[in-house]
Amino acid sequence: MPDGLTLNKITSQKGIGITEAARRVADLGWTPSYVKEAMAFPTDYKISKAPRDPMKQVLRSYFPMQEEKDNRVYGALDAALRGDMFRNVEPRWIEWMKLFLAIIPFPEISAARSMATLGQLAPGDDLRTGFTMQMIDEFRHSTIQMNLKKWYMENYIDPAGFDITEKAFGKCYATTIGRQFGEAFLTGDAITASNIYLQVVAETAFTNTLFVAMPSEAARNGDYALPTVFLSVQSDESRHIGNGHSMLMSVLKEPDNHLLLERDIRYSFWQNHMIVDAAIGTIIEYGTKHRDKNKESYAELWHRWIFEDYYRTYMLPLEKYGIKIHHDDVHEAFDSIVKKNYVHKIAQFFSAGWWANFWRIEAMTERDFEWFESKYPGWYDEFGIWWENYAKLSKPGSVPITFADTGYVYPHRCWSSLVPCVIREDFQVDEVDGELYTYASEVDRWTHKEAFAAEYQGRPTPAMGRFSGRRQWEEVYDGWDLADAIQDMGFVRPDGKTLVAQPHLSFEEKDMWTLDHVRGHTIRSPLLALREMTPQQRQAHVEEYRKGFKIRRV
Amino acid sequence: MTMQETDTKSAAAGAKAFPGSDSRRYNYFEPKGRKATHYEDVTVDVQPDPERYLLQNWIISFGDGTPTYSKDWTALKCMDWHGFRAPDQEWERTHYQRQSTIVGMIQNVVENARRAGAPQRFDKAWVAVLQNHVGAFKHAEYGLGTALMRAQRYGYTQMVNNAILTNASYKLRFAQDLTLYLAEVGSDIGGFDLDAGKAHWLDDPIWQPCREAVEHIRAATDFLEQYFAVNLVFEPLVGELFRSGFVMQVAAAQNDFSTPSVISAAEADYERNLANAVELFALLLRDPAHGEDNRTMLQSWFTHHGGLAVKAALQLQPLWSLPRVKAASFADAFERARDRVAAIGREIGIDADLPALPPVEVGQVATPAATAAAVTDAAAE
Repeated sequence: MPDGLTLNKITSQKGIGITEAARRVADLGWTPSYVKEAMAFPTDYKISKAPRDPMKQVLRSYFPMQEEKDNRVYGALDAALRGDMFRNVEPRWIEWMKLFLAIIPFPEISAARSMATLGQLAPGDDLRTGFTMQMIDEFRHSTIQMNLKKWYMENYIDPAGFDITEKAFGKCYATTIGRQFGEAFLTGDAITASNIYLQVVAETAFTNTLFVAMPSEAARNGDYALPTVFLSVQSDESRHIGNGHSMLMSVLKEPDNHLLLERDIRYSFWQNHMIVDAAIGTIIEYGTKHRDKNKESYAELWHRWIFEDYYRTYMLPLEKYGIKIHHDDVHEAFDSIVKKNYVHKIAQFFSAGWWANFWRIEAMTERDFEWFESKYPGWYDEFGIWWENYAKLSKPGSVPITFADTGYVYPHRCWSSLVPCVIREDFQVDEVDGELYTYASEVDRWTHKEAFAAEYQGRPTPAMGRFSGRRQWEEVYDGWDLADAIQDMGFVRPDGKTLVAQPHLSFEEKDMWTLDHVRGHTIRSPLLALREMTPQQRQAHVEEYRKGFKIRRV
Repeated sequence: MTMQETDTKSAAAGAKAFPGSDSRRYNYFEPKGRKATHYEDVTVDVQPDPERYLLQNWIISFGDGTPTYSKDWTALKCMDWHGFRAPDQEWERTHYQRQSTIVGMIQNVVENARRAGAPQRFDKAWVAVLQNHVGAFKHAEYGLGTALMRAQRYGYTQMVNNAILTNASYKLRFAQDLTLYLAEVGSDIGGFDLDAGKAHWLDDPIWQPCREAVEHIRAATDFLEQYFAVNLVFEPLVGELFRSGFVMQVAAAQNDFSTPSVISAAEADYERNLANAVELFALLLRDPAHGEDNRTMLQSWFTHHGGLAVKAALQLQPLWSLPRVKAASFADAFERARDRVAAIGREIGIDADLPALPPVEVGQVATPAATAAAVTDAAAE
């Protein structure tokens, strides 16, 4: 066969070019004339320019490509089992997957639903195929992640927590934080939710920490399944980033939208930081046994992915279109991680309430201490004794650490992000519609009081979402005994008494805590207590809270 | 020794026995059968519900107070929305496998046909049908796909929404299949006008009732009305009528073996989507508390969309006269569509019997307008 001649070249017929194919497909749309379609999804934005499709892919090339990606994923899962992955995997890591994989399928499928919104709102049909592929991608992500979780449940030593996963998702204080993330993709103003919060911020910025940085840590802990699945998931994200950017460019064209864009980029960036950094920062830093000092810390990863990649090359250039970017928020978010120990304080909180979890958290050890100290100088002074206490109190029969005399002050919860207000000096209190609320920071206060309102800077914003529901978990169980709350949530193993959560990784029955071990302690809502105080008491409480606390050795 | 120092040699299943160590199934939902299927495991309860496990309720609402998901988004009611399982059991892996297989099948057929020079041998009158009318029909498929893409936002459970999502995916793929197929075979046939199909869709009187029916489906604000109108009304009365009753039966006689293969994919897609839709609507009509109200609502949707679809179907009648070789008759095709929609109606429990076409006397030409008026009058009676 002459050089360069292939079977494909001999047999294939001349097709139409990709640009022409994309143009023909986009021409499938038309403007209805018999019945005008009502706009089903509310938005306060105006969009008149049709977004362009940057990818120019059609479904007949998409489906085989995705099938091939799937084949690799499922082949790798089979190979991991044949290679006896679970013999060597770190349980510390897999336990956190009970939390992570309980949360993530819901945001994924919410993103699929939100393509209904963008498909209808975007003028023209050029980007419809992009939105269609994203819709199917998100369906892929949601079910492939449910499959991965089932696989862990079937093959990991302790399936408890995986077996109740979607029920746990509905009950747990931590998964509600993830739900704030997911519901924000598809509720309220359609552009705010589906374009800015989901595509422009969550997918463009934070999937790098979620789906790239985290899989690297998984591999270091002997888990080859998570990288296999999530890097495959991440390979779809570039398409979503392209969709989001194209839609953003259409929205930007209308000067009337600029004020709303400023609001939404600010809200979305800050809330993504609060939620994703809390969860993923903790999982990467505290779910690992790998303590090589040459590897990047979460703070370093954040600087690379969020600060350098996203802020400098994506957010900053938006200024030239006239959008005000809140540089101070980006710097504050970074400072909260490197100077104010945001991730460490969140990990401390997760461990303080370990009994309310549906996964295990083991104590940090000397090896961990060393690594933390090298990456975050001063770490031991603030957190070392806490983890030593945690180890001491991990035996059943000990006082649950929340109620031990450690000096720890159970935190208020942020009404906006639902993450606890762990950076005490940033704690905020304000009234909205005559009711008192607590916030983790000034931007969170602004988010609730000013952004999520019917009017923004004098402009009516009827489409903007509202915070609703029983947002604070502690309020739901205020006055309950720990054992009763745990039983009510269903976080009990099939024997009816042993807790799903354990403050250690021992798999011996004698070491495991039961309902009886936690009975006799009462859950209290800090917010309800605050609301019951007189103004003077409240003022004193807030001042005291902002001072923070010092952990004592038990 | 503290607990964290306890060493375990292996983290594999079965390495130790302790409470919960053998709990290796998702245990928070009732499987439809004796054991949960893989589809159920990866689908059920991913979209939560305050009436099941969602302790803190939905935590964001729309500006008017509507929560993230609401039962009020359809006029139909159900005591247990979670009872629905899609008979096609699709999740991502099976969906990509099936879609990819279809894409491969179509590409093979088209490549082989083109390699053999088949498009140049298509009958000239048939080429005009492909260009103008198959070219027009692709827009109907696209319209239904976009309606379903919007509808998949609103269901009260993951099972309902994913069934509608895969339906949208199939429809949008098929609209693209037709578009690219016509572009490719058209390039082998001199003078094939790729813009003609859209022009016929927008302006040809034959297609206007069809476009009207599709636009009514797109404009419906109840997502289950859209799902019902697509699968239980438009598809049997217009979609299958055109695809199976016309193109697939007639094409071979015009020297065209490739178009029926492309079209056949949509017929297979529809069988699955129909099964899903029938299962859902049958469940809603069996509902002990709301079945009768649901029946009334579906019946009214059938009257509305059925009327539009019959009008659309009858207006397509002249197409059967266009091919040079007459291999099928409109009357037979419409009769089959009528039987099909009646059978679907019986399956779920609504009256979907439509009047037969009036008999045509020898020597009399049955004009679409006269036939439409006769059928509509009979339906009204």
